[in-house]
Amino acid sequence: MSPGIITASYVGATILFILALGGLSHQETSRRGNIFGITGMAIALIVTIAGVTSNIEILIGGLVIGASIGLILAKRVQMTEMPELVAILHSLVGLAAVLVGFANFMDPARLEHYAGVELTIHDIETYLGILIGAITFSGSVIAFGKLSGKIGGNPMLLPARHWLNLGLLIASIWYCVQFVEQSAAGSGMLPLLVMTAIALLFGIHMVMAIGGADMPVVISMLNSYSGWAAAATGFMLNNDLLIVTGALVGSSGAILSYIMCRAMNRKFLAVIAGGFGTTTGGSSAGSDAEQGEVIALEAPEVASLLNEAKEVMIIPGYGMAVAQAQHIVCELTKALKKKKVNVRFGIHPVAGRMPGHMNVLLAEAKVPYDIVYEMDEINDDFPNIDVSMVIGANDIVNPSALTDPNSPIAGMPVLECWKGTTTIVLKRSMATGYAGVQNPLFFEENTRMLFGDAKTSLDTVFKNL
Amino acid sequence: MKIGIPKEIHDGEKRVATTPDVAKQLIKLGFEVLVESGAGEGSSFSDAAYTDAGVTVAEGAKAIWDDSDIILKVRSLEFNSSLNSEEVDLLREKQVIITFLAPAQNPDLLKKLAEKKVTALSMDSVPRISRAQKMDALSSMGNIAGYRAVVEAAQHFGRFFTGQITAAGKIPPAKVMVIGAGVAGLAAIGAAKSMGAIVRAFDTRPEVKEQVESMNAEFLELDFEEEGSGTGGYAKVMSKEFIEAEMALFAEQAKEVDIIITTALIPGKPAPELIKEEMVVSMKDGSVIVDLAAEQGGNCKLSEAGVVKKVHGVSIIGYTDLPSRLAAQSSQLYGTNLRHLLTDMCKDKDGNITVDMEDEVVRGATVVKDGEVTWPPPAPKLSAAPPKPLEKPVEPAEVVEEKPSWFGPLVTFIVGGLALLGLGSVAPASFMAHFTVFVLACFVGYMVIWNVTAALHTPLMSVTNAISSIIVIGAILQISSEDSLIMWIAGFAVTITAINITGGFAVTRRMLEMFRR
Repeated sequence: MSPGIITASYVGATILFILALGGLSHQETSRRGNIFGITGMAIALIVTIAGVTSNIEILIGGLVIGASIGLILAKRVQMTEMPELVAILHSLVGLAAVLVGFANFMDPARLEHYAGVELTIHDIETYLGILIGAITFSGSVIAFGKLSGKIGGNPMLLPARHWLNLGLLIASIWYCVQFVEQSAAGSGMLPLLVMTAIALLFGIHMVMAIGGADMPVVISMLNSYSGWAAAATGFMLNNDLLIVTGALVGSSGAILSYIMCRAMNRKFLAVIAGGFGTTTGGSSAGSDAEQGEVIALEAPEVASLLNEAKEVMIIPGYGMAVAQAQHIVCELTKALKKKKVNVRFGIHPVAGRMPGHMNVLLAEAKVPYDIVYEMDEINDDFPNIDVSMVIGANDIVNPSALTDPNSPIAGMPVLECWKGTTTIVLKRSMATGYAGVQNPLFFEENTRMLFGDAKTSLDTVFKNL
Repeated sequence: MKIGIPKEIHDGEKRVATTPDVAKQLIKLGFEVLVESGAGEGSSFSDAAYTDAGVTVAEGAKAIWDDSDIILKVRSLEFNSSLNSEEVDLLREKQVIITFLAPAQNPDLLKKLAEKKVTALSMDSVPRISRAQKMDALSSMGNIAGYRAVVEAAQHFGRFFTGQITAAGKIPPAKVMVIGAGVAGLAAIGAAKSMGAIVRAFDTRPEVKEQVESMNAEFLELDFEEEGSGTGGYAKVMSKEFIEAEMALFAEQAKEVDIIITTALIPGKPAPELIKEEMVVSMKDGSVIVDLAAEQGGNCKLSEAGVVKKVHGVSIIGYTDLPSRLAAQSSQLYGTNLRHLLTDMCKDKDGNITVDMEDEVVRGATVVKDGEVTWPPPAPKLSAAPPKPLEKPVEPAEVVEEKPSWFGPLVTFIVGGLALLGLGSVAPASFMAHFTVFVLACFVGYMVIWNVTAALHTPLMSVTNAISSIIVIGAILQISSEDSLIMWIAGFAVTITAINITGGFAVTRRMLEMFRR
């Protein structure tokens, strides 16, 4: 196939990818967007495969095996396990970037193509591609482990971890110089391997230091990294399609990370450096003072509260995902809607373990998306709400974020459900949320607690409606 | 421990401190319960019912006073004519007595109790805080009194409460004014309202306006600024000007309404006089005044404690035993209040109580302990009404918006420009071409992604993940290599990216299918 046609096809694929991302701006156009993405990928694959001269059977074999594994994974995955799936898929991109980088480096044709500055730049590109790929890979594997509970969710804080990170960074720069020098002389495999090991370690250390509730940031950051890895590989291979796609994905992930950080009122670097509250530690001692009494309710009383309400707001959190309570929430919503109760959902940007986690779960349970609102859309409506139901959420409804400047979560935007007439909090126990701060909401005069597993509790509430 | 319930000896008192239902619960807590034979008669609880509940029924008051560790009563301690002894003298050291003692009015009684070295808890001293609501006997008795006040009024009012249009003519609805919208007042409002009357209510505490209106009654307002809330959810004494304005309002209302129910009480003070004789004169014949404060001197000077009088054609009801007139109900609620208090004092559920002076509720209720008068308790901190809006929420930290400085962006642009120039001066043209594409793509991505709705962030991640597997192209380009190691590496890379491509797109599709309106 002529280079012109290949380039033209790549341009087409690029446009389709941009349209795919653009399509996700609305639910109505999102399915079309996904189809654009698939088409773009198919065009790029066909054109590239057409240029393959030998070993086509391995290529096809690999594609078929991989594709079937992917399809099965996608079919089987539970919606509550989405964060894990996304994390493990990111790791694959990272691994692929590492493999392609090594394969490219081992190709003897490299030295024939490049010389002088071009060779240096090419080597740096290879080096960067492998570096980012390796970080993405090991980081995603750890994130997967944390999300699926195979590794504890608490941040692992090594002493002097910032120095360790800095040391790893300096080491990788030094090995980069070594690699470029040796590569010009025809060798360089050793520094490349050492760097890969360092990058893997760095990825592990980075994600280990980040706690469970910061996972939305980590996932979107790894998403971003997988894009940059693809872009670096594109530079290495002089392939614009890879560069553009990588840049798209990279900036998309970066923006998501930024949105998540803003929703938690935290600096990106602070999240990455790990350890919630370590910078503000000790200053919140005052909030441990007398908190007052909580008023617990039984499920039938909750049901009668809901029955009498006209405006109900449901605020789901990670606890809903853990208890798999989204289906009963939907049943409850339908029952209340039949009684002409206006039920809406308020979603905090960082509710759950992944950007948009709650939306996906509610969609799975067939909650219509036009009654699901973002925090900014509904936060002003709370004074008109009769009953707010907080299901398995804690820090995202903590009033001390607004009232207590010493709180570790001070300044984080929260759902102001306490402004409504009554708030019902479904919770397992009085344990604090991820941030380790007590929640004054529970002690508000208009707050009622319903203790127990969210799903069981809601089942009973539903029966009593 | 043994709980003893003697028969009430106060004249006309029909209530009893424990019903069979409550006794059952007490026994569950590990207590033994003793009831004087006939104690529940007035409230229609037979001795047999108590026996069925597991209670020991004893003959004669003496047995109860002698055998029990804890005495539960309704009325304060007085002279027992059948035993020819003051009830105080029946108590012995270490005994616990729980009842209404009105400690503010009876300092002598407290002294006597202290001499006896008993522990005394007064149910009217339970602090009015949220946690103690379940033991607030004043509220539960007030509720009953308010209800009964309306029933009594209905009996003496020769007309319907509700308005009707019948073949025999039109009946106007009765107009009821309730003064003092505390627990009793609100209960009266609710009862009168449900019988169909037009109800108006007045209170010096403006915060109860909402409560009154929530019961569909009209809240009468003065054109006058003064806050009437005292501590503990009670009212306080008002200024002279305020009272004048208030009197004018009542005088005007008196001409119009058929029934006036007054519940105005200020703790520790004689009841304020609200209904003057001339107002009574101005009321229509056949009207009714129910004075719930008759025992404390009455909100109406003409009312007489304990009786119904007809003055100037108006029936003035001064009953002081309204809760006792609904004895079964009152006993049930009062007994439950007592049970809650005992439950709180019996932390281990082993039938033993401890008088924990650290517990705010127990501390408040205890008026005599270990030979010492412990009344009055330190003032409770919380008011049932919302405190004045002192504590404005602290504004979010970043209200002070920094003026956008032109300096920062300028530095960024200069540094960025210099970096680009530096890169351009060393890098070959082919690299710069790719770099251009890269930078532009970043900007396109930036513009496009901001439009993505938050609800679709998860699908966005899975679709970008699928797209980033475009890296497969690199592997495909390498697979034709003659070096078999490179070939296998590339083959493996193709496999894993293929997982990613199909997995990513398929799961995105699955998710997007779920988003339905």
